[in-house]
Amino acid sequence: MIGVGKIKQYSNVLDKPLSKGKQEVSLSAFAFLFSELVQYNQTQVDNIAELERRLEDAGYAVGARVLELLCHRDKGNRRETRLLGILSFVHSTVWKVLFGKVADSLEKGTEHEDEYMISEKELLVNRFISIPKDMGTFNCGAFVAGIVRGVLDSAGFPAVVTAHFVPVEGQQRPRTTILIKFAEEVLLTFNPFIIANCILILDSPSAKGITHSLGFMS
Amino acid sequence: MAPVGPRSGDAIFANVERVNAELFTLTYGATVRQLLTDLEEVEEVNKQLDQMGYNMGIRLIDEFLAKSNVSRCVDFKETAEVTAKVTNPELWAAVAKVVTASELSFRPDNASVQVGFKMFLGVTASVTNWDVDGTCCSIILEDNPLVDFVELPDTCQGLYYCNILSGVIRGALEMVSMKTEVTWIRDVLRGDDAYELQVKLVKQLPEEYPYKDDE
Repeated sequence: MIGVGKIKQYSNVLDKPLSKGKQEVSLSAFAFLFSELVQYNQTQVDNIAELERRLEDAGYAVGARVLELLCHRDKGNRRETRLLGILSFVHSTVWKVLFGKVADSLEKGTEHEDEYMISEKELLVNRFISIPKDMGTFNCGAFVAGIVRGVLDSAGFPAVVTAHFVPVEGQQRPRTTILIKFAEEVLLTFNPFIIANCILILDSPSAKGITHSLGFMS
Repeated sequence: MAPVGPRSGDAIFANVERVNAELFTLTYGATVRQLLTDLEEVEEVNKQLDQMGYNMGIRLIDEFLAKSNVSRCVDFKETAEVTAKVTNPELWAAVAKVVTASELSFRPDNASVQVGFKMFLGVTASVTNWDVDGTCCSIILEDNPLVDFVELPDTCQGLYYCNILSGVIRGALEMVSMKTEVTWIRDVLRGDDAYELQVKLVKQLPEEYPYKDDE
């Protein structure tokens, strides 16, 4: 029958049309794959810090590619060049594409100028993982921290990104906070008077972008 | 209770929780890259991917059987319910032998393979090329979410990028008492037009039971 049958073959992967990003796989397939990734890395390391670093490196590669993909496909080849813009991009667009929802909140640290936090009640990657007590503060969210670091680094905002568990009252499982600490050179390009004394909190699902109340105490 | 018929892959896929395939693709790519950096030899990477797939398959089969209501297993469950009332272990072993031989014969038929690939990867697979004995078949995948955006460089030409799939099938079938060998016949990353896996039954394993006959 004409029209039925083989998919057109492309000799070069770059000639293939980019998919719309709507294809899905089951959560369990992803969960199994992620558990195998963690288990493989456990056999390659001696301590927790090394394991977190390896997971972060794996996530870094994912983040760099996600940035390229999203900027090309969804943003019409435009990339954010401002700090708040890129943070909002990570918090909303990247999270929505990868995890199906925007992150629960984006906050600026009060103690240090260069710290921001993205919080999530239950990270997708941690859903089926329980950490034994002897592993202390290890968090498989290091993979997601790596993704965020990959996006920020490739966008020109070098940062140190880590994942932490924050116990919440009334909730059995602690929520996860991704702590982003920007390198010094990132902050030197911004007017310190505008950023100072400002705490931004964006709650989903009403995250409409950064409210421009910079410099004003509400 | 009458056995419920097998559910279609689409129905199950619509009911399970899903994630973006790109996250899955990129995570798999990161895994393969890590393996290549650590192990350096493509043969070692192929083996490791197969082992990882095997570990996934032995767990995945439980979910598959639970969600898909494949008919032969429902029959076995029914048989088990009836014989649970009988405490004679010899009778149990005898019934098990009969059921194993007749019901769980090697025919991972078109329906169950399609259901499996649909419910986990969201893609349509087909089973063809049965040989005369009924011990060997080919699974063909047109569409594969693992290989979006992937191109094999010249240094990795011996790599079976999707080898994790062969491990998954091998692991899953081993848990239903079929020891198999899975090899790649066609691979799009190497220039063919589709993905083809050959599944060959090596041995039918007898079911093992935790209690001895003489207790």
